[in-house]
Amino acid sequence: MKTFPMGGVHPSENKLSCAKPIEVLPLPEVVTIPLAQHIGAPAVAKVAKGDKVLTGQLIAEAGSFMSANIHSPVSGTVTAVDMVPNGQGLRQMMITIKREGDDWAEGIDRSETLVKACPFSAQEIIAKIKDAGIVGMGGATFPTHVKLAVPPGKKAECVIINGVECEPYLTSDHRTMLEHGEELVVGVTILMKAVGVEKAYIGIENNKPDAIAHLKQIAAGYEGIEVVPLKVMYPQGGEKQLIAAVTGRQVPPPPALPIDVGAVVCNASTTVAVYRAVQKSMPLIERVVTVTGKRLKEPKNLLTRMGTPVSTLLEAAGGVPEEASKVINGGPMMGRAMVNLASPVTKGCSGITVLSGREAVRREAAQCIKCAKCVSACPMGLEPYYLSKMTQKKGWDALEQQMITSCIECGCCQSTCPSYLPLLDWIRLGKQTVMGIIRARGAAAAPKK
Amino acid sequence: MANKLIVAPAPHVQTSQSTARIMRDVVIALMPALVVSTVVFGADVLRVTALSVAACVAFEYLIQKFMVRGAVTVTNWSAAVTGVLLGFNLPASIPWWIVVMGAFVAIAVAKMTFGGLGKNPFNPALVGRVFLLIAYPVQMTTFPLPVNGTFDALSGATPLAAVKQGIVTPGTVGAQELLLGNMPGSLGEVAALALLCGFVYLLWRRVITWHIPVTVLVTMAVFAFVAALCSGQSEAALWQLPLFHVLAGGAILGAVFMATDYSTSPMTVKGGVIFAVGIGAITMCIRLWGAYPEGMSFAILIMNACVPLINKYVKPKRFGVK
Repeated sequence: MKTFPMGGVHPSENKLSCAKPIEVLPLPEVVTIPLAQHIGAPAVAKVAKGDKVLTGQLIAEAGSFMSANIHSPVSGTVTAVDMVPNGQGLRQMMITIKREGDDWAEGIDRSETLVKACPFSAQEIIAKIKDAGIVGMGGATFPTHVKLAVPPGKKAECVIINGVECEPYLTSDHRTMLEHGEELVVGVTILMKAVGVEKAYIGIENNKPDAIAHLKQIAAGYEGIEVVPLKVMYPQGGEKQLIAAVTGRQVPPPPALPIDVGAVVCNASTTVAVYRAVQKSMPLIERVVTVTGKRLKEPKNLLTRMGTPVSTLLEAAGGVPEEASKVINGGPMMGRAMVNLASPVTKGCSGITVLSGREAVRREAAQCIKCAKCVSACPMGLEPYYLSKMTQKKGWDALEQQMITSCIECGCCQSTCPSYLPLLDWIRLGKQTVMGIIRARGAAAAPKK
Repeated sequence: MANKLIVAPAPHVQTSQSTARIMRDVVIALMPALVVSTVVFGADVLRVTALSVAACVAFEYLIQKFMVRGAVTVTNWSAAVTGVLLGFNLPASIPWWIVVMGAFVAIAVAKMTFGGLGKNPFNPALVGRVFLLIAYPVQMTTFPLPVNGTFDALSGATPLAAVKQGIVTPGTVGAQELLLGNMPGSLGEVAALALLCGFVYLLWRRVITWHIPVTVLVTMAVFAFVAALCSGQSEAALWQLPLFHVLAGGAILGAVFMATDYSTSPMTVKGGVIFAVGIGAITMCIRLWGAYPEGMSFAILIMNACVPLINKYVKPKRFGVK
């Protein structure tokens, strides 16, 4: 069984909702759409208070190359374009729309018919993806059109579809692969055409044998698409880990990118969105969100319009249990704890995980006993105990030398520490500081205008 | 929303392991050897071990409570581990005050002066034992005979000492006796088989990995084999000498339970292997050519001193770096 070359942990999988078919959540009454729900520059609002909008209409335009369009997920009236608290309680520019019916903008094909043939050129495909505002839906929210634009001098050799879903609890990619397999595989052929390669791999963790079998069967009808079962090990779905597991090639440390080893990686749900954008002119206005937790009455996979309040999803899953004490946007390994449940579902939200009781509470940290479990667990071959300690001592040069910028913040070190040390909290701080120093050095070295 | 929500950065998952569980597992892994040792030497074994554990825990408690005045962490079982290991390094007939003195050196000098668990550069139990060996050489090398001993020929000398003095040859000491522990020696070193059971338990509980113990023992065996080869010994001795050295004395106790001590061993697997080769080689040098019949304690302490250097220069293989 293929896997990444070093480190990793295996937390309890807790895939409570893996057998639950995707359910359509009723349309929300009000949606709030953040202008920054992707990596890069925030989108620029194209509507103002009082404007009428249709479902699928462009309401905010990409602010620069590294940005993404945003479309209205419902039809109705814009009631506000202003600062609204997000999931973490920080105020952020959002467009609020009060829903009136569900009237769609023209030119969007909402039929279920599978369209296999793709008449578009690579440029046209990428343009359609950019128009549809597609970003990585696995959580990283990297604009997909940027990823597919292979820089001059670099050559893509294969497309890798990330169907790993190594985060505990989450099942949205799993259900998407099972229920939209045909669309996914056509999406793969579109991506292959966009970057000009003959080979694609679909990497899936081996705890989803049904998805592996299903996609293998569909992929058999297409040239050059191979389904690769992967060992159940976190973070198998980390971009660098997945590339190494599938191709055996390791992406060099930053600033190198996956394209430097010839790989373009795209998440499974994103690939389905790509299919819809290119073949159906469907913008990214809805996604599957896993709502889960051991104490939740009914863990579910909900097809949700963007901008729907998280609390609505929780209600649909039976309400927040009384003993719930942590609500996470994402999975428990890399997700962000929320304070504001009125905040909306965004493009990168693959799940809402509710933890209760002891599960939600960090245990008190003790002294480092040098057990070296963090070193063995690090999938990037770093020494978390050292990076954490050196950040506390502000040893920025030493941190840079010991490659703190390679850290992918997967959390393996901290989750494996028997002394419960907040290793990643410190490492994040150190990494940000060192990256700031590197940027400042680059700016100082650049010729002055 | 009535719920009070906890906010913290990811990851939101913590291991089910804990320092206390790890240390308790080490104590559990040492129990088979304690049982065998009690059968071999009688109730004195329990007296020495209990006293050693009690003294270690008491010294740690008193120092944390009244000198450091910080959190008292004796409940994490680490002082108990030191106590059992120190006890296992003593003869059953040792006077009580020597045990207490050893515990004091182990905990007060070797552990707490450096900041306690995780910060001590040298294995506390071994510092305690070596101090006693140098300060009280007679008491420390007078071993009682096994209660039901069939090993009378050795008359109070450990197999290693007997071989060193030329009383017997390695070939005449049966592997079976070394495995089952029917011979004079320190409490914990007489039952190779029981110690190996503990090793398997620690591997199963993922407290340690196999790298350091196996490398130490393989290095010793290879070293003994080459030494036998170079001195032109008989064909039988070529395999008897390695087997004897791996099974006799503190080899297994040291390799499994003391060389793997977290804070005094390197942080990487590669570093651990270098560390273990050093221990094996130094042990054999002392056993074959040194003044002492046994060299495990010195070898581990010497390599403990090299650990910061190993950690500085032996780095894990970084992802994406050729």
